[in-house]
Amino acid sequence: MEQHSERSQDPLVEETEAERARSAASRLFDIRRVIGGLFVVYGVLVGLVGLFDGQPEIDKAQGLRINLWAGLLMLLFGVAMLAWQWLRPVEPPTVEEAQEV
Amino acid sequence: MDGGGLRLSMNGLDYGILALYFVTVLGVGFAARRAIRTSVDFFLSGRSLPAWVTGLAFVSANLGALEIIGMAANGAQYGMMTLHYYWIGAVPAMVFLGIVMMPFYYGSRVRSVPEYLRLRFNRPTHLLNAISFAVAQVLIAGVNLYALALIMQALLGWPLWVAIVVGAVIVLAYITVGGLSGAIYNEVLQFFVIIAGLVPITVIGLVKVGGVSGLMDAVRESRLGEAGLHAWQGTGSTDNPLGAHWIGIVFGLGFVLSFGYWTTNFAEVQRALSARNMSAARRTPIIAAYPKLLIPAVTIIPGLIAMVTVQGLGASEGDLVYNNAIPLLMRDLLPNGVLGIAVTGLVASFMAGMAANVSGFNTVFTYDIWQAYVRRDGSDEYYVRVGRLATVGGVLVGIGTAFIAAGFSNIMNYIQALFSLFNAPLFATFIIGMFWKRMSPLAGFWSLLSGTLAALATYLLYKGGVLHFNSDLEESFWGAGIAFATVAVVAAVVTPLTRPKPDDELQGLVYGMGGVDLKGDVLAGDRVWWRSPVLLGAIVLVLAVVLYIPVF
Repeated sequence: MEQHSERSQDPLVEETEAERARSAASRLFDIRRVIGGLFVVYGVLVGLVGLFDGQPEIDKAQGLRINLWAGLLMLLFGVAMLAWQWLRPVEPPTVEEAQEV
Repeated sequence: MDGGGLRLSMNGLDYGILALYFVTVLGVGFAARRAIRTSVDFFLSGRSLPAWVTGLAFVSANLGALEIIGMAANGAQYGMMTLHYYWIGAVPAMVFLGIVMMPFYYGSRVRSVPEYLRLRFNRPTHLLNAISFAVAQVLIAGVNLYALALIMQALLGWPLWVAIVVGAVIVLAYITVGGLSGAIYNEVLQFFVIIAGLVPITVIGLVKVGGVSGLMDAVRESRLGEAGLHAWQGTGSTDNPLGAHWIGIVFGLGFVLSFGYWTTNFAEVQRALSARNMSAARRTPIIAAYPKLLIPAVTIIPGLIAMVTVQGLGASEGDLVYNNAIPLLMRDLLPNGVLGIAVTGLVASFMAGMAANVSGFNTVFTYDIWQAYVRRDGSDEYYVRVGRLATVGGVLVGIGTAFIAAGFSNIMNYIQALFSLFNAPLFATFIIGMFWKRMSPLAGFWSLLSGTLAALATYLLYKGGVLHFNSDLEESFWGAGIAFATVAVVAAVVTPLTRPKPDDELQGLVYGMGGVDLKGDVLAGDRVWWRSPVLLGAIVLVLAVVLYIPVF
């Protein structure tokens, strides 16, 4: 990364940059797991309620079984998020990047 | 103000959904804690996040509930002309930020937007901007908090102070513990919950009015008439629902106001600075522009549905004000279950807005005020502690502001109007400084100060009845334009009289000076052609034009 030396230097900025060698950022979890998990739970909850919705609920939603559909879609979305993080885990840093740190 | 008419019939399931959300948000904050060791970890997520995360956080930070409720209200009041706030008033500025400005922000490794001013100009310019930004953020956080409390009071019957304290404590907890990663991860989560809450309202609403064609027919027969279905027709004069001329829309809203907001607002730019490399930082606002294109479908459409289905919507006070368009549809159309999701989405959006303000504030307070002017020689850990304390202090001031706003509700509008004045002169100072290397440090300071004063004077003279504009909107166009011109004139006059900054101090900060490396830190996966910021930016601009065609 010789290019960096072309950048003008500022002591405050450089100090903080130097500290980044100790960064713990790589220990951050993958948010896809949390989004997927929450939506699977929401999907199951709302979908189950939708299965047992009575006529008043259906009438209020203009004849749609909205809980059932919304539940199913949220469940699908949650599963898709989990599948995505399963199939494509976080990209590991390239060789140059690893050297830079 | 008791809100009895808006009260939702929430049951245990709905409250369970809301409670589960609160628990998840706190869990995300605590889980992010282990990834914090340095100050960059705390304030900028260690510059490690992928572009889709920072991109969704970028759009979410702007998707506060005031924005959602306000845009639905505008949809009900002005019809399709509200689209301008998204397609010309946001998308071009977001693309410009990603393609043109981000290389200077991210490449120079500045830790905040004010810090760019310190390196490009001088410390007085920096201090002026850092203080005005910090004050604005805590006050706006308070306004958000008060708005959250109002809606919780109306919808759920919670006393104001309970809602203020609950909202503040949750945001405080996950930012103090989890830092920017806690804020950004929760913003991504919030984005999806907000969408999941708004989509059922839109779908059921459309079924009720007979689909899109039924809605169009109903709007034609409404108070808005045919004009409610067009964005550009009738803008040759100001005889249209918004009362705006196309020149005002293109230059006032599309250029000065939107570029001022999107490109220099640190609460937004901070999300891009936390991206893991230059390519991801540049793609952040551009990825955000894609959902921004489509959000009107779940804000403006419900606004129009409310306008044609809710009898008497548009009252000047009480439950039937335009701002209640979405809450009224929630009450009328959503059964328990999706109702819980929608309430959660609304609460989520309030917290997203407030969290963006608070995380922007603690960073600027620590790096730009405390480290630069109060205590220069602390260790990196010391500044993390300062940041945590600043978060607590900022939220406490926010709570105080919320209680003051509860006493004088007009104060809310004034605070927002006041701080929107700072954007246009700041943007002008940035853009001239970025592209004109001769602009001197002193010119930077005097331009920013006089531009801000010009915007303030225009606003005060308008409020005092000395200057006349057709509407508040027109005043904001003109005020921004005047501020922009003032900055340009002052820069042109002061620069030749003062000493320039040496060339080697401008590298990486000014166009044409070198020192910006677009490719050096690229990840293997980012080299593929479909992750090119320029290509992605061009596509979203074309889409914005194409989407205008059916509502021309």
